[in-house]
Amino acid sequence: MAQITLIEAITQALAHEMANDASVVVLGEDVGVNGGVFRATAGLSEKFGTQRVLDTPLDETTIAGVAVGMAVQGMRPVAEAQFDGFVYPMVDHIVCHAARFRTRTRGRLSCPLVLRVPWGGGIRAPEHHSEANEAIFTNVPGLRVVMPSSPSRAYGMLLAAIRDPDPVIFFEPKRIYRQYKEEVPDDGEALPLDVCFVLRDGTDVTLVTWGAQVKETLEAADALAKEGVSAEVIDVATLKPLDFDTIHESVKKTGRCVIVHEAPRTAGFGAEVAARLAEHAMYDLVAPVERVTGYDTHIPLFRLEMKYLPSVERIVAAAKRTLAAS
Amino acid sequence: MSIAATFEIEYLQYLDADGKLVRSDLPEFARDAKQLVELYKTMLFVRVFDTKAVALQRTGKLGTYASCLGHEAAHVAIGSAMREDDVFAPMYREYGAQFVRGVKPREVLMYWGGDERGNDFSGPAHDFPWCVPIATQCLHAAGAALAFKIRKEPRVAVSVVGDGGSSKADFYGAINMAGAQTLPYVSVIVNNQWAISVPRTIQTGAKTLAQKGIAAGVECLQVDGNDLIAMRAAMDHAIKRARHGHGGMLIEAVTYRLSDHTTADDARRYRPDAEVKAAWEREPMKRLRTYLTAQNVWSDKHEEAWKAECEKIVDVEVNAYLETKTQPVEAIFDYVYAELPPDLTAQRAQALALEQRRG
Ligand SMILES: Cc1ncc(C[n+]2csc(CCOP(=O)(O)OP(=O)(O)O)c2C)c(N)n1
Ligand SMILES: [Mg+2]
Repeated sequence: MAQITLIEAITQALAHEMANDASVVVLGEDVGVNGGVFRATAGLSEKFGTQRVLDTPLDETTIAGVAVGMAVQGMRPVAEAQFDGFVYPMVDHIVCHAARFRTRTRGRLSCPLVLRVPWGGGIRAPEHHSEANEAIFTNVPGLRVVMPSSPSRAYGMLLAAIRDPDPVIFFEPKRIYRQYKEEVPDDGEALPLDVCFVLRDGTDVTLVTWGAQVKETLEAADALAKEGVSAEVIDVATLKPLDFDTIHESVKKTGRCVIVHEAPRTAGFGAEVAARLAEHAMYDLVAPVERVTGYDTHIPLFRLEMKYLPSVERIVAAAKRTLAAS
Repeated sequence: MSIAATFEIEYLQYLDADGKLVRSDLPEFARDAKQLVELYKTMLFVRVFDTKAVALQRTGKLGTYASCLGHEAAHVAIGSAMREDDVFAPMYREYGAQFVRGVKPREVLMYWGGDERGNDFSGPAHDFPWCVPIATQCLHAAGAALAFKIRKEPRVAVSVVGDGGSSKADFYGAINMAGAQTLPYVSVIVNNQWAISVPRTIQTGAKTLAQKGIAAGVECLQVDGNDLIAMRAAMDHAIKRARHGHGGMLIEAVTYRLSDHTTADDARRYRPDAEVKAAWEREPMKRLRTYLTAQNVWSDKHEEAWKAECEKIVDVEVNAYLETKTQPVEAIFDYVYAELPPDLTAQRAQALALEQRRG
């Protein structure tokens, strides 16, 4: 079986579900003949036609708004925001409408759309192409907010997102789009959208992360292992709704927790994880919770961006601080 | 039924693709061959710069770069028609307009080279920086125009947006505000036929992009964007009436993107070669050169000499860019607020300590 990258897994999931369900329609800028600026929709236009793989006029308000309308009328639109920095005009339709049709109409209407968002920094992109803005969405009731970090999770979680009866914001960590390949059978098997994944077992400290930072966090766990520290690594994967139990179980075992994310620190999603730990795991902890995050600044242009993104070095140092504290 | 209103869109061209004059009413500036030569020289400079910038990206010395190949006439006309105290709100490839306004080539390179200091350019300090979130600059220009109107300043705001960008709510809102408020705002759509891979026909069912201004109540004009004389004449007209309180105007400059969208794009994937080849026949440099040569104010010798001069100037700029040291890590923090809040001071100190430990 062919080995595929994360982005190829996304294409595979889209193709699978479009073949499976005639109501699935892909729309966005450059998703058609061009196959998406990252090639996520490569070949779909040829396979499914321009009615189901729609190049839209260049207006994010239009893309989000018509996706809402289609979804409410029984279609399964998968809309693409070309880059993280361009979702902001979409927020109106997502927050005021997609997220609350079910609530507003007491269940009469729903809005099963998926918004795919290539996410995050580290690819030497121009301005506004490197935003880690997941926390803008995790504060919105009615949304699911997910971010896969491997080819197989991308495939299974995108299938689940399309099949989910509620709106899903599907963040794609573009820095690891092509980081590595793995075998991803095109079996149509969805993954659950309410669990964290334990990627590595450990006993001394729990490292909690998501998205592209899974890479650095696993590397940090390797580095710690060389120094005799056993780190457990959790990929949150679905940020909202959060599977806190998996994180709690791990912290019960390790007593220490380091949260790693790329987004700015203040009110980043790590604050939610830390708050839950404060509420529920106070007596399991033997050291203060640490956060390794982006700074409370704009992500710099690329000459400085690697100094902004959490590094292996910073993660290892934070883990060691939790060990030194007890 | 009676007719409530009727509209038409005029198309302006002076120089056709072969460099022949198609109208006899040459505007004042174009009767002065010297002035035309100066504008042509700027266009040639832009092209030399653009070629060099693409080469820098290809050799790994520049990040993603948006070429302006084919847009020289439109851009230089826009920049040269404006006064220093007018406000320019560009998108991301209007180097021709910006060079005229004092922006240095090295600053363009810094911007695409991943250094924020490119945005702190040598052009007018009130000009807006490059604007990547499509069409948002249109509203900022309308806002600037509103400020001029409120303060009774005889200034004009000019924005540029693409054919793709003219689909965006921000574009419509800006031109509508200009119509509603009689703002000194000139909105230029540089219609280069493509928005990355999406052709103009997919953006709208409208026959012209210029007519989008009709519903807003501003004057509209479609111009041959490859004809420097027509572009400049249109800009002069629009800016003059705006400055004199007659309100906004929408200009559609019809041109062609001869390059890939950016260096990260490969247009061969979606665009027929024949179309590009045909567009080269209409490009802006050749027709103006032909015209100036026929007027006996330009020659191959002039061309060669000036090109060599441009290359020298560009080399100096490129070297200045390449020699620019990366900003220190503190620069990540120091411009977020007017004054650094204590909370951020702590983070800044951490980043500095980490940097020092790395050595
Ligand atoms: C709001 C927003 N959406 C998407 C993009 C990505 N993008 C960059 S340029 C571009 C096409 C712009 O086409 P057009 O407006 O015609 O201008 P051109 O680049 O052709 O000059 C797109 C979709 C963006 N920068 N901003
Ligand atoms: Mg265009």
